[in-house]
Amino acid sequence: MLDTTTLPDLGETAAPDGGPAPRPLKARRNRGDRIFFGGVTLSGLVVLSIMVAVGLFLAIQASQALRSTGLSFLTTSEWQPDRGKFGIASVLLGTVLIALVAVSIALPISMATALFITEVAPTWLRSSLVALVDLMAAVPSVVYGLWGLFLLEGQLIPVSRWVNTFFGWLPFFKVVGADPNSPLSSASVYTASAFIAGVVVAMMVMPIQCVVMREVFSQVPVGEREGAFALGSTRWGMVRVVSIPFGRGGIIGGTMLGLGRALGETIAVLLIISPRFDINFHVLEAGGNSVSSLIALRYSEASGFGLSALMAAGLALFAVTLVVNFTASWFVARSRSGAGSEA
Amino acid sequence: MTTQEPMQPVLEPDAVPTSPATVLPTRSRTPLAPQVRRTTKRMSRNDIYMLLGAGASSLATTMLLFGRLTPLSGGLGFIVVGFGIFLATYAVLVSLTEDRPAVVDKVMSVLLASAAVVAFCALFSVIIFTLWRGRSALMHSNFYAQDLSRTGPLDPLSMGGITHAIVGTLLMTTLALIITVPLGVACSVFLNETHGKTAALVRTVVTAMTALPSILAGLFIFATWILILGFERSGLAASIAMSIMMLPIIIRSADVVLRLVPGNLREASSALGASQWRTVWHVVLPTARSGLTTAVILGVARGVGETAPVLLTAGFTSTMNLDPTKGPMVSLPLAAFELVRSPQPTQIARGFATAAVLMVLVLVLFTLARVMGGRPAGRLSKRQTRKAAERSKGDSQRIGDRRPSAAQHTPVPSTLEAST
Repeated sequence: MLDTTTLPDLGETAAPDGGPAPRPLKARRNRGDRIFFGGVTLSGLVVLSIMVAVGLFLAIQASQALRSTGLSFLTTSEWQPDRGKFGIASVLLGTVLIALVAVSIALPISMATALFITEVAPTWLRSSLVALVDLMAAVPSVVYGLWGLFLLEGQLIPVSRWVNTFFGWLPFFKVVGADPNSPLSSASVYTASAFIAGVVVAMMVMPIQCVVMREVFSQVPVGEREGAFALGSTRWGMVRVVSIPFGRGGIIGGTMLGLGRALGETIAVLLIISPRFDINFHVLEAGGNSVSSLIALRYSEASGFGLSALMAAGLALFAVTLVVNFTASWFVARSRSGAGSEA
Repeated sequence: MTTQEPMQPVLEPDAVPTSPATVLPTRSRTPLAPQVRRTTKRMSRNDIYMLLGAGASSLATTMLLFGRLTPLSGGLGFIVVGFGIFLATYAVLVSLTEDRPAVVDKVMSVLLASAAVVAFCALFSVIIFTLWRGRSALMHSNFYAQDLSRTGPLDPLSMGGITHAIVGTLLMTTLALIITVPLGVACSVFLNETHGKTAALVRTVVTAMTALPSILAGLFIFATWILILGFERSGLAASIAMSIMMLPIIIRSADVVLRLVPGNLREASSALGASQWRTVWHVVLPTARSGLTTAVILGVARGVGETAPVLLTAGFTSTMNLDPTKGPMVSLPLAAFELVRSPQPTQIARGFATAAVLMVLVLVLFTLARVMGGRPAGRLSKRQTRKAAERSKGDSQRIGDRRPSAAQHTPVPSTLEAST
């Protein structure tokens, strides 16, 4: 009788109303847990309040300037807050131009690099290439700025000149004051342009995009990959019909993430570009502007009202980067690679 | 032919056709040609010859074009034209033996590889160029041992150095770490251990804040801390600005790392009767330690290199300042930025050398992060394994020592007998 297990007799002891009352699943926390949860909740709330404070403070400070100008803030291109004439038309346009140049240069390179790492490179090389891309993302922006100012600018001026000579009829590539037919024309019309700043920013954006895309491409289901090979596809054929469609969300998301970073870049742009305050679509032409370099240039000499105007410009930039980043994470989360698929 | 034969069953002439039976194909008399094993290697010798041939041909053609046949010139143009000719030659060479999809495949592979080469060449050119331009200042030992207080822009490189910037960077980063690490880790624990509406809100806001341009973090501190509260520009102000920028980065990556801790470890801990904070403290955080370290180091690497917030909040000085609460303090990126804006070649060389020191610092941090974060959550290093083994040995000894006395106090079998 010792070695038999007896089950408790449930039948007789059940509650009269048809079954045992459900056990409460909510555990009572002991004191240690309560202190612990209090602590982490507090830290969460502190972080929340800091972040909300930054946003709210910027908004409140900016509102003073915004109230005085109203909607003309978006259309004015000058920046003379003490005379009451200021707006972000030219600086925001400059920011967007630099970011677009950066992304359009970085996108093909980062996508090809990501595909090279996941599909083409021999296995023994892969981890070191991944480390190199991460390293590229970690190099400080001031180093890229110095590189762009002292090395790249000299190399890019002939490129600008060439593009202007042969594609100058496109409004984008026009340069006012440049004469492509005269071989002795000065190179100074091509220096410090949005194009050169954009190339430098592309260097910073490229690794960010590449990391996201590589992550997505490495999640391509092996089954689909091998299915394509089994149907006789070449490697590029497989990439075209399997990898790229699978990673579309990651490609778009990574690109936008890089765009968000490019919009906010300060130091490299500040080093390279020479500020100007007019609507200028010509990316190859000398001079340009961006919101963050405007803030870095003008914060110290600004009066109270001028600072408020700078904050309004910063807030506009933040709104743009916020939209871009949230769109990016929406695309990444919605992509197929986000959901688990058969391997 | 042999594969066709089973279709028409070969029957013996006098055999009675009964039920359909399996018929083995007759082997052909002539021996088959020996099969050649297909190579599954990615590159055959033929491919390499084709690449080399296309390369040589494009080099020769481009050299002929530049200067001899056409008035083309310029280094970048040479590379671009040469690459175009190389691709065309390679495509033609491959098309001699392969069909169209194979040609496209080979050409695309070369294109992908060359994009990667361009990217990595750019990286190496950044690193080498910075070291090269800074070499004249980096050679002098006084560069690491003095500050710039008694050195004018015209003084030779054998005078002055950037100790003040190195110390400034270290102080600011330490202060920023003191603020961000406890707050960031606690906040990511909060995000992972509670699943309420507050956590969702905090997560959304933190995600939004990763989009904050770094200059705005600086502008915020400049407007509040310096203009409204009236403190002077100092290392402390800069480290607060850096913290605001680093916090979202650290929280985001720590959140991801904590989410990777296997659920069965938590459940095992709860099943053993541990309360939730003990589970977090003794199971979750140690398991994720290497990932958390990586998160912090990556945040630091980002913060150390960031110039914009420091530019607005720390001020600029050329003297050593050890007190982060008083007086301007300078960091490495800011010093590099200010030095290269001077027209003097010695100052520019100092600026490049400062950038090189900063870059080396970031590289070291980055390598540390790779070494520590190379392992997934829960996998221990050799040293940790040894330590864990020692601990467990100690535990078993402790339990072994207590067993005789424990047995006396709770005579297990007797109670069982008494109950039945």
